[in-house]
Amino acid sequence: MQAAKYRNGVRRKGSLMQNENVVGYIFAAPFIISFLCLTMIPMALSLYYSFCDYKIAATPVWVGFKNFANLMNDATFGNSLLVTIQYVIIGVPLKLIFALFVAMLLTKPTKLQGFYRAVYYIPSLIGGSVAVALVWKQLFGSRGPVVTMIKALGAKGFSFFGSTTWAFLPLVLCNAWQFGSSMLIFASGLKQIPKDYYEAAEIDGANAVQRFFSITLPILSPIILFNLIMQLISGFMTFTQAQIITDGGPNYATNYIALNIFKEGFAYQHMGYACAESWIMLLIMAAITGIIFKTSSHWTFYEN
Amino acid sequence: MYSRRVLRDTIYHIFVIAFGILMVYPVLWMILSSFKMKSEILGNNAPFLPSKWVFENYPNGWQGSGSLTFATYFRNSIIVSVLGTLGTVISSAMVSYALARINFKGRKFWFTAMIMTMLLPGQVLMIPQYIIWNRLKLVGTFIPLVLPKFLGWPFFIYMMMQFIRGLPKELDEAAMIDGCNKYSIFALIVLPLLYPSIITTIVISFYWIWDDYMGPLLYLSKPALYTVSLAIKGFADAQGTNFGPMFAMSTLSLIPVFLLFLFFNRYLMDGVTAGAVKG
Repeated sequence: MQAAKYRNGVRRKGSLMQNENVVGYIFAAPFIISFLCLTMIPMALSLYYSFCDYKIAATPVWVGFKNFANLMNDATFGNSLLVTIQYVIIGVPLKLIFALFVAMLLTKPTKLQGFYRAVYYIPSLIGGSVAVALVWKQLFGSRGPVVTMIKALGAKGFSFFGSTTWAFLPLVLCNAWQFGSSMLIFASGLKQIPKDYYEAAEIDGANAVQRFFSITLPILSPIILFNLIMQLISGFMTFTQAQIITDGGPNYATNYIALNIFKEGFAYQHMGYACAESWIMLLIMAAITGIIFKTSSHWTFYEN
Repeated sequence: MYSRRVLRDTIYHIFVIAFGILMVYPVLWMILSSFKMKSEILGNNAPFLPSKWVFENYPNGWQGSGSLTFATYFRNSIIVSVLGTLGTVISSAMVSYALARINFKGRKFWFTAMIMTMLLPGQVLMIPQYIIWNRLKLVGTFIPLVLPKFLGWPFFIYMMMQFIRGLPKELDEAAMIDGCNKYSIFALIVLPLLYPSIITTIVISFYWIWDDYMGPLLYLSKPALYTVSLAIKGFADAQGTNFGPMFAMSTLSLIPVFLLFLFFNRYLMDGVTAGAVKG
């Protein structure tokens, strides 16, 4: 009924405002503005600054490829790339396996299913916060419950944050702990697998493991691809936890690339150099994502 | 047969509950620690439950470490999060409608641009964006944190687009025949039907903005403008080993997010997944 009010409006208004192109651009305008002003212009500036010596409030000085040449010999930068890749390679699969495991665990239709899903989602709700990072720092700290337990099991003098070998582990766990959104996406994928696939396989004598590898995984593969890409990108950008929990230490063991760029740009005021670092990071990420997409046709399976 | 099923179900529930407790243990530990005396929080003999429940950590923490109390920081967080969420919902709904339902020239291009933006790591833009806001003399205000939210957030645009694509096109056509134009279809048909997706956007964008640390760290230079996430970090550093008040303020800082989740949990679980899978 309400719609009827507009009946006359259409005829009276000029046709320009009703033109699909005009309407489209009016509705898309917020994104177009942000794409130009907050993405394209900053990217162009960033590219320009990466060829400059630049401190905030000073004039950028063109130095050609100097920043990139210096980057090649910068041990701190090389190290931060290495530890970031290590973090991603260990952390992302762990998170996805965890998410899939919990999603499968919670497919069983019980009255408590909604409640369970909500409880398992809680870590994702708060895991990115400063509050949790501060808690994590104490939870895995030298006098916290986790280290106390490990010591009680016999590893005397064990420490996460004092060790270059183990400092990454609490950060990886904090990230894997926030498996909620991947879990929900897996769960809705699982719901769409027709039941008779499993029944048919069962009649053919396939056991649970075989059913998982020959039905569940292939059908979920496009969703795995989606989750993998999203988690890779967020893994590469990890910042808050590293900044608060370890501040990159000990001895640069958790000096992840985002943290390194932040310090280089804002603490040391090497903004041109930091821009060059972010471009290298972007290229590496684009290459990795590209490789995954290219190879995905071999391991993802589409029903149609 | 029957009793075996009961046994299996019981084992299932025990396992899920035990694993669930392990998952929320860090949160429980934080909340319980906020009610403990200093000596019981850390160390070998720290009990799980406080031997004596103390409440002083809350008023002590609320006082903050400088001249400002947490009342200021909570106010700032609420301003930034409410405005930011509002902006995200309005702008993302508009853009998603354009990309999902209107055949305008360049739609494919802008859709690709949106996906690229979604996949682009923020660190590439961190420094030049800061420089631009600095040139505009807006560093040290809420504007760099709030204004971009009114210009669409690709993640939510994508999510809403998937939802709109799931709405039958016949609705639009029927409304057209009834005399609706593209604007009234958006206002009277798409927006009301979009509400599960809108609620999901409200919850997720609110807690992302509330939890955001890097934005405030870059743009809020004066303590009077600090959000809770930024203030709490400074507070923890200032308190040193006096952890009780820090745990108390950490707990408080998570309450708004918890409340929102509690109210909208049902929609959230459906909303996130409605779009993602078909993508």
